[in-house]
Amino acid sequence: MLWLAVTQEKNVNILDYMKDNFIILDGGMGTLLQEAGLQPGELPERWNVTHPEEIVRIQKAYFDAGSNVVLANTFGANGLKFDDEELEKLINAAFDNARRARSESSSKKEMFIALDIGSLGKLLKPYGDYEFEDAVAMYAKTVRYGVKAGADLIFIETMNDSYDTKAALLAAKENSSLPVFVSNAYGSDGKLMTGATPAAMVAMLEGMHADAIGANCSLGPDQLIGVMEEYIKYASVPVLLKPNAGLPRTENGKTVYDVFPPEFADSVEKLMEKGVRIVGGCCGTTPDYIRAVSEKADKLKPVLLTDKNLSVVSSYTHAVIFGHSPILIGERINPTGKKRFQQALRENDIDYILGEGLKQQDAGVQVLDVNVGLPEIDEPAMLINVVKELQAVSDLPLQLDTTDTVAMEAGLRAYNGKAMVNSVNGKEEVMEAVFPLVAKYGGFVVALTLDEDGIPDNAEKRIEIAKKIISKAAEYGIAKKDLIFDPLAMTISADTKAALATMKAVHGIRHGLGVNTSLGVSNVSFGLPVRNIITSTFFALCLEEGLSAAIMNPYSTEMMNVYYAFRALHDMDENCMDYISYTDKLPAMVPAGSQAAAAKGTAGGTPADASNAVDKPATSELQTAIVRGLKEKTGHLTKELLKDSKPLEIIQNEVIPALNTVGEQFEKKKVYLPQLLMAADAAKAAFEEVKLVMAESEDGGAPTRCPFVIATVHGDIHDIGKNIVKLILENYGFAVSDLGKDVPEQAIVDEVIRLHAPLVGLSALMTTTVPAMEETIKLLREQAPWAKVCVGGAVLTQEYADSIGADRYCRDAMETVRYAEEVEAELNK
Amino acid sequence: MREYFDKILVDIKGQGTVPQYLEYDEPPVEKAEALRYSGYPADRAVAVASGKLEDEAVSAMVDKVFELMKGQLVLKVGYKIVPISFDEEGFPILPFEQRSEQLKGNLEGCSLAVLFAATVGSGIDRLIRRYERTEAKTALFLQGCGAERAESLTNAFNNDVKNAAELAGYKAHPRFSPGFGDLPLTVQTEFLALLDAGRRMGITLNESLLMSPSKSVTAIIGLEKL
Repeated sequence: MLWLAVTQEKNVNILDYMKDNFIILDGGMGTLLQEAGLQPGELPERWNVTHPEEIVRIQKAYFDAGSNVVLANTFGANGLKFDDEELEKLINAAFDNARRARSESSSKKEMFIALDIGSLGKLLKPYGDYEFEDAVAMYAKTVRYGVKAGADLIFIETMNDSYDTKAALLAAKENSSLPVFVSNAYGSDGKLMTGATPAAMVAMLEGMHADAIGANCSLGPDQLIGVMEEYIKYASVPVLLKPNAGLPRTENGKTVYDVFPPEFADSVEKLMEKGVRIVGGCCGTTPDYIRAVSEKADKLKPVLLTDKNLSVVSSYTHAVIFGHSPILIGERINPTGKKRFQQALRENDIDYILGEGLKQQDAGVQVLDVNVGLPEIDEPAMLINVVKELQAVSDLPLQLDTTDTVAMEAGLRAYNGKAMVNSVNGKEEVMEAVFPLVAKYGGFVVALTLDEDGIPDNAEKRIEIAKKIISKAAEYGIAKKDLIFDPLAMTISADTKAALATMKAVHGIRHGLGVNTSLGVSNVSFGLPVRNIITSTFFALCLEEGLSAAIMNPYSTEMMNVYYAFRALHDMDENCMDYISYTDKLPAMVPAGSQAAAAKGTAGGTPADASNAVDKPATSELQTAIVRGLKEKTGHLTKELLKDSKPLEIIQNEVIPALNTVGEQFEKKKVYLPQLLMAADAAKAAFEEVKLVMAESEDGGAPTRCPFVIATVHGDIHDIGKNIVKLILENYGFAVSDLGKDVPEQAIVDEVIRLHAPLVGLSALMTTTVPAMEETIKLLREQAPWAKVCVGGAVLTQEYADSIGADRYCRDAMETVRYAEEVEAELNK
Repeated sequence: MREYFDKILVDIKGQGTVPQYLEYDEPPVEKAEALRYSGYPADRAVAVASGKLEDEAVSAMVDKVFELMKGQLVLKVGYKIVPISFDEEGFPILPFEQRSEQLKGNLEGCSLAVLFAATVGSGIDRLIRRYERTEAKTALFLQGCGAERAESLTNAFNNDVKNAAELAGYKAHPRFSPGFGDLPLTVQTEFLALLDAGRRMGITLNESLLMSPSKSVTAIIGLEKL
């Protein structure tokens, strides 16, 4: 027996074994331990030491029933629950038990023992309060002990969040060379709790080289048919299934599940016939279930595994597949030639960048290009920040656009899904820097057809470079399907043969080499008048040659016309529905100027306007629009006014008085918070128009008043109140630096010192975080004694504010504005 | 609207159960509540919701926000029914540690307790996250309308419990939540573990013991034999 166990450890690798065989996993553990006396609240991992005979008995029963893989009893063995010493001891004991079960089993099958890893149970930022990298480090600890204890493979399971799954898989890959199986828990809607579809998970997990992927827990085998079919359709690696024995109920004080071994095995058999290759059971299943499944598997031949050859990227919710309908990649998150965007980057104005992303999403792009490179900023830090912020507000996959490989790695690591990478090219040095990152984190790489000798002027040489890149990528294990070539559009104003060469290269790469292509199409018209005509026609011609994607401006009506018409003409748009709904929206795309004129023509005639005019006879149309919270109208009217008036005059004479009107009414309780916010939002539209004009001017459109640092204190994640105060302060022209929520004390102090800010606003909603507020104020007094501190939030009162040494308690946003004005006036004396 | 009182009835008659999980359809919208949670004074909210007072812009915002939430919510309830007894000082003995005078008062005379968690899922938090950075007013209304959804879900479940209890010959006491009065939030860890809420419902706690998804409710309903 012992001799058998030793040879298995040495000779048979599970990856080799599973090429030609089904793998039978084990069944439920928790329910069996409870039957053996595990108390609610007791940690099952401690039983590895206190009740080894029970663990061995159950695991031996699974091996005897036909399991090829038994999971060591380490599901919850992590550094959040146990200190290092106990963790190592429990994991070692878990493997001792499993090895004993294996050597005592009468089974003649190949038998493997997996390190079982379940979720830490912490929700990661930005939705929760746990750092992604902290999660990676925590999982890494378990992985290292598991490797030391002699695991044959790592089994990551019951994960219901894609980001958490990525953290665990990254830890497994970085700390071991063992095979890794990854299994997620899907809801009855066929998605993970945080929204990912099976296709999205397949894209991310295959990109990171998981060896088998699939689903476990939550539902019975029949309810998981849909999820399994998706896995089989998209996955090129073996698919696994470990379902529950249906749903639990209580009978005579005992828990019973509603699917019994024979039906369970029948259901699992059907999925094995469809292509599932690794099967077992989860909650409620016992050795009887596994025996029934194992007997079915003995009579079946596994379905042949095929490479699905899909070119795919994913976000935390869904996958986008290249190669069929053309994909639009929005180019607007990019500072090149955009003063307003550069200003946003320099001022760390993330909201502006997020706004650009969301606007493009509304315009219809499927992927967002993200370029935040500017000489004077820290690009890696900025890219991590923008990636994390963007993926929290938009569900579009991102294309990380940078030449800085440090920034690229940082972005890929932080990305929740499989990203597009922009870009690599035929230069050896660049390929050697970029390909290892793609191999590690997964990615779909844009490859430019240029090399050490520059951009060839003809298609043939560009195709040669493409071939060179394909073979180099293969050395890193990156397949053709994960490359997308950009054969480079050059302007025809310099060389009228340029467009022909590009089109020929698109055709050759797509149809000759069978690889996807992408272009930044607008370069083609550089230097010519009315560029849109040339660019959109070129786009149409390239699509006809087989272009799979374009990096483009989605606000261009001509480009969008081409896209929708092309899809309709190429049978990619069922019943032309997309085209029809696109044209429905077309009138809304009429240039803003003419709409503003129309608004001006009709405004003032409605009764509501009339009544307002009676209330405030002195106010202008713009002020009325702001007071009433009409965002679109405010934007248009501001644009009109900017033609004749100076930006600052509009702020001083129109926007601020309008806000004062609303502010006063708010203080008198004549309008309420929702209306105050609607007005503030409308005013923001006016500011955006003003900023656009001012970004072009000398002073760069800097805010007109003193800096104001604002933050929700350490330990507190409530920031809606703080965001409201920020919005109103910005409306009044203060240069607000918003540090976000859960901000460490010293970080606030550092920012106050950096800006020499005379004003600090601290927010806390919970009594438990007021001490953090007090500590922040104490540090501010020591290190930035010039700063005045106002505090706000649900738990605070004037007395409370006094007791923690704040200068002022501000009940709401308007009080904060009044206080800020007071302090500023004092400074200007 | 799906109801579950018959399912709950079986569990009450069985004097307890392992955690059970229910998926609810969306209950009808309580517009006045949504407005109230969004920062409107209660009387005004009722007036606007009933059409007695016109506030077109705000009314339209609520409609817009419910449109945004469409398809983003998954309404789940997890519950566990346990028998309860009392110690010499009259404190209820529950599967989680506490010594709350107010809970003791609430559960007086009860022999069963329904422990439950209800959530509308993380979709609403994604929406709030999106809008709080770009459109604060919409975020405010999302907070308000999301709170209304969670409250309406909780009411729907509570109603099913009440109806089931009546059929089984019990009276349901008013629900009582961790964080109310002298029942500290610290019980949340054990409370959610009892329901396996992390794994089965995706409810996790942060360091400050607040739940994510944020629009989630935990509570206990005492059942008194009549």
